[in-house]
Amino acid sequence: MKRVGIEVSAAIAEAAKLARVEVISAYPITPQTHIVERLAELVADGELEAVYMNVESEHSALSACVGAAAAGARTFTSTSAQGLELMHEILFIASSLRLPIVMVLVNRALSAPLSIWCDHSDVMAARDCGWIMLFCENGQEAVDSVIMAYRIAEDRRVLLPVMVNIDGFTLSHVIEPVEFPEQELVDSFLPPYNPLFTLNPERPVTMGAYGMPEIYTEAKYAQEMAIKGSKAVVKEVMEEFGRVFGRRYNIIETYNLDGAESAFFALGTINENIKTAIDALREKGKNIGLISLRLFRPFPSEELIEILKNLKRLMVIERAMPQGAENTPLFNEISSLAFHNRLEIQLENYIAGLGGRDVDPQEFITIATNPFQKDGKMNYKVIGVRG
Amino acid sequence: MAKPMESYRWYELNVGCVIDEPGNSIVYKTGDWRIMRPQTDYSKCTKCGLCWLFCPDNAMKPNEQGFFAPDLDYCKGCGICAQECKFEAIQMVEDRK
Ligand code: SF4
Ligand code: SF4
Repeated sequence: MKRVGIEVSAAIAEAAKLARVEVISAYPITPQTHIVERLAELVADGELEAVYMNVESEHSALSACVGAAAAGARTFTSTSAQGLELMHEILFIASSLRLPIVMVLVNRALSAPLSIWCDHSDVMAARDCGWIMLFCENGQEAVDSVIMAYRIAEDRRVLLPVMVNIDGFTLSHVIEPVEFPEQELVDSFLPPYNPLFTLNPERPVTMGAYGMPEIYTEAKYAQEMAIKGSKAVVKEVMEEFGRVFGRRYNIIETYNLDGAESAFFALGTINENIKTAIDALREKGKNIGLISLRLFRPFPSEELIEILKNLKRLMVIERAMPQGAENTPLFNEISSLAFHNRLEIQLENYIAGLGGRDVDPQEFITIATNPFQKDGKMNYKVIGVRG
Repeated sequence: MAKPMESYRWYELNVGCVIDEPGNSIVYKTGDWRIMRPQTDYSKCTKCGLCWLFCPDNAMKPNEQGFFAPDLDYCKGCGICAQECKFEAIQMVEDRK
């Protein structure tokens, strides 16, 4: 395996190449641009044998992926924020038709006000579209996750689209050391896509037919069973990836959690700052840990319960602002988990890092060392808001 | 899908609800939401075939005498045939099941 310094976006394009994608359909949007630019280059230079479709919008980008995947191709797309919103309608179609499309979502705040910077309002607005969702904290994880994503998506027990989330700029635009696996090894791990059904005139099938009230509930139930069941496959694939490539991944990642009484709970690159805060807190004798999810959908409830059982306090850090909701998306999952399993844990909800706002480790030290205070009538506290 | 929709269980559905059996729509009688049905007065009918041509459900069919009558398994009672008949040979009447 060669270890190179590379911009994470370019590394993701290389990962798509290693996965031997056959159709790429994407529309450039900041901060996703470098991924698709690099892929266009790879295709134009003949380094990657794939069809690169230039489309006029994200709605078309994902629609083209749906068509190509239905025809049996391994497809890739990538977007950010408003682009994901423009794809929204098709997100459901891709998952309901059970097409194993892989998308890298470069997380970015939603307009308005127009922001190109990172937060998770885009993915959280699409969290219930039936896609498997992975989160990454660094470039190596992003590369490995793209390769794993195809293996998961195309597994006959799964057949669902996978979204690989990486934070805009803080991850997409940084240069990091990345180890690229050998092509032969990737080929052995990821065999060519062997679809169950394809659009093929030799053997005609209908996809996306009308579902009368008599059948719609059953169709949705079957889909729900598929995504719930995919968790076992995700674990299996991560384990096998570890065996083949030597880098081990878990659906839940923890840091300094052994014997900890309290923990942070967050997604994405913000975890790096939380870890710095944890190291500082540890020096002061405070035993505090971090829980982060690599797998967000399906939500790893059973595994989380086992972890939360041993904790007294959980500080949920959300990078999205719910509008008019009882709580933030991540917190809602955790609190319903705690409620239904009668966990005796104090849950606290913080919103931080909206629209690219820096949250330095000191903020997390302050959060961890002070009692939780709500923001007025809201159940959460917004970190750093000037009031 | 070769059996009535309401007899399917969730685990019997194809992945993605793909229909892998072409032409199976024949087993689905789509005429059951009809409340009106066309009735042809054969003394006025010229056998011109406009009703057959315009029926969006391909439900109008010629009989042995060359007159046109709706196949009630598929006729949805939309009334287009009655509208298009230039000889006012078709009346829409209440459909009593
Ligand atoms: S009523 Fe409509 S569906 Fe029925 S035969 Fe006439 S045109 Fe066709
Ligand atoms: S359109 Fe009227 S006249 Fe012509 S075939 Fe039909 S019923 Fe007869």
